[in-house]
Amino acid sequence: MESFLNMLGQIGAGSLVTIKLFMVTLLFALPLGLAMAFCRVSSYRVVNGIANTYIWVLRGTPLMLQILFVYYGLPMIFPKLGEPGILPGFTAAALAFSLNYAAYFAEIFRGGIQSISKGQYEGAKVLGLTYPQTMRRIILPQVVKRVLPPLTNEVITLVKDTALVYVVAINDLLRVATNIVSRDFIIVPFLVAAVFYLVMTSVLTFLLQRLEKRYAVYDD
Amino acid sequence: MPCTMINARDLHKAFAKVEVLKGVFLQVTQGEVVAVIGPSGSGKSTLLRCLNHLETIDRGTIDIEGETLVATDETGVARYVKEADVRRICRKMGMVFQHFNLFSHLTVMQNIIEAPMIVKKMKKSEIMPRAEALLHKVGLWAKRDDYPSRLSGGQKQRVAIARALAMEPEIMLFDEPTSALDPELTGEVLRTIRALAEEHMTMVVVTHEMSFARDVANRVVFMDGGEIIEEGTPSTFFSSPKEDRTRAFLGI
Ligand SMILES: Nc1ncnc2c1ncn2[C@@H]1O[C@H](COP(=O)(O)OP(=O)(O)OP(=O)(O)O)[C@@H](O)[C@H]1O
Ligand SMILES: [Mg+2]
Repeated sequence: MESFLNMLGQIGAGSLVTIKLFMVTLLFALPLGLAMAFCRVSSYRVVNGIANTYIWVLRGTPLMLQILFVYYGLPMIFPKLGEPGILPGFTAAALAFSLNYAAYFAEIFRGGIQSISKGQYEGAKVLGLTYPQTMRRIILPQVVKRVLPPLTNEVITLVKDTALVYVVAINDLLRVATNIVSRDFIIVPFLVAAVFYLVMTSVLTFLLQRLEKRYAVYDD
Repeated sequence: MPCTMINARDLHKAFAKVEVLKGVFLQVTQGEVVAVIGPSGSGKSTLLRCLNHLETIDRGTIDIEGETLVATDETGVARYVKEADVRRICRKMGMVFQHFNLFSHLTVMQNIIEAPMIVKKMKKSEIMPRAEALLHKVGLWAKRDDYPSRLSGGQKQRVAIARALAMEPEIMLFDEPTSALDPELTGEVLRTIRALAEEHMTMVVVTHEMSFARDVANRVVFMDGGEIIEEGTPSTFFSSPKEDRTRAFLGI
């Protein structure tokens, strides 16, 4: 019994690392994704090209490769960061996750922005709203409603993707569980880890669905 | 001497090399109601949209209440005034669209008070009395907390009119305000516009409703192929049109 509680404690600590990585990624990837979406719909060719390339590369290569690249590769390119592998694993992982998820979020936001009809912009313009005012007050609130379902999917995927960080030696939920399994030759830690993941994804699904319901007060 | 509210001269506009406006002249004086009629594709919407900068003209001059919005220099290039001035001048014009363009995420009341609060920086308490009066005026006080998707087309259009009026425009532009409505709903919208005419609001109304043009307008303008073919008071225009194309359009 005591060892079971002990195991729960260890896996719990691991899940805190997972949650932290999840939060940090959202914190950076959501605004960066929105900025990239604006670049994607911008009429400036250069801005547009940069965003397109960014999204093309980050969505077209494995996240695992990107994590390894940041962890081992960046210190080789910028020696000031230290020896290869010296960049703290968590920082490297958070950076790679944020950059990668920003690309996915950007595409979701772009789709949302482009789904808003021209009439909404014109309605705002003839009332005297500037472009930034139109975006903030008229377009983005409607975009939020439309992107919530795909965003929910992506956020749930992010919870599960965090397990990839085992490659940079972070003691996240999955790695802690794996360590106990290989040390004690018991399968229970995997089951416990599965329950932890399920709890996280279920709570998120519940919260995001409540948010969706709040936006359901109006139809497009 | 009523002042000239809109003075548009020699407007040219092309979309991808196709000339849609081929030198249009339009003067509207204060309190005047001008009905613009003409076949589909004749450039009626484009004319209206050029007046309030939803489209930019290629050549010509537009003055609104004596202030230059755009003028054309010797080299034939249309030059607009500074962006802030364009915005200020265009705020004198309210516009009502065929497809309403209400903000779907805002209630009827929020649709009306949004622009005064954002653009004019009015406090909610300052704009509410006017918003309430406007909603009573268009007969939609009971619908103030509904979202646009819950309204009929006629109700949506009346909200759109109230929303435009909340900004206290000097001029109202209507682009086929009843064309997207079921026939039984056009009456309520036309009555609202007629009420505005009785208050001497300056208006330019693009319409397919000939009876409305005949009864409410002071002047009828007939466009075809990007030009104004003929204009006149409703009585002379409808009873004795001079041009063949007008006669063909009116079917007489
Ligand atoms: N944004 C645009 N891009 C390209 N062509 C356009 C655009 N807007 C209008 N046109 C073209 O310009 C011409 C005039 O269009 P406009 O909408 O002004 O006509 P209209 O008189 O309002 O017709 P309707 O009665 O059908 O509304 C049409 O041939 C139309 O296809
Ligand atoms: Mg039209």
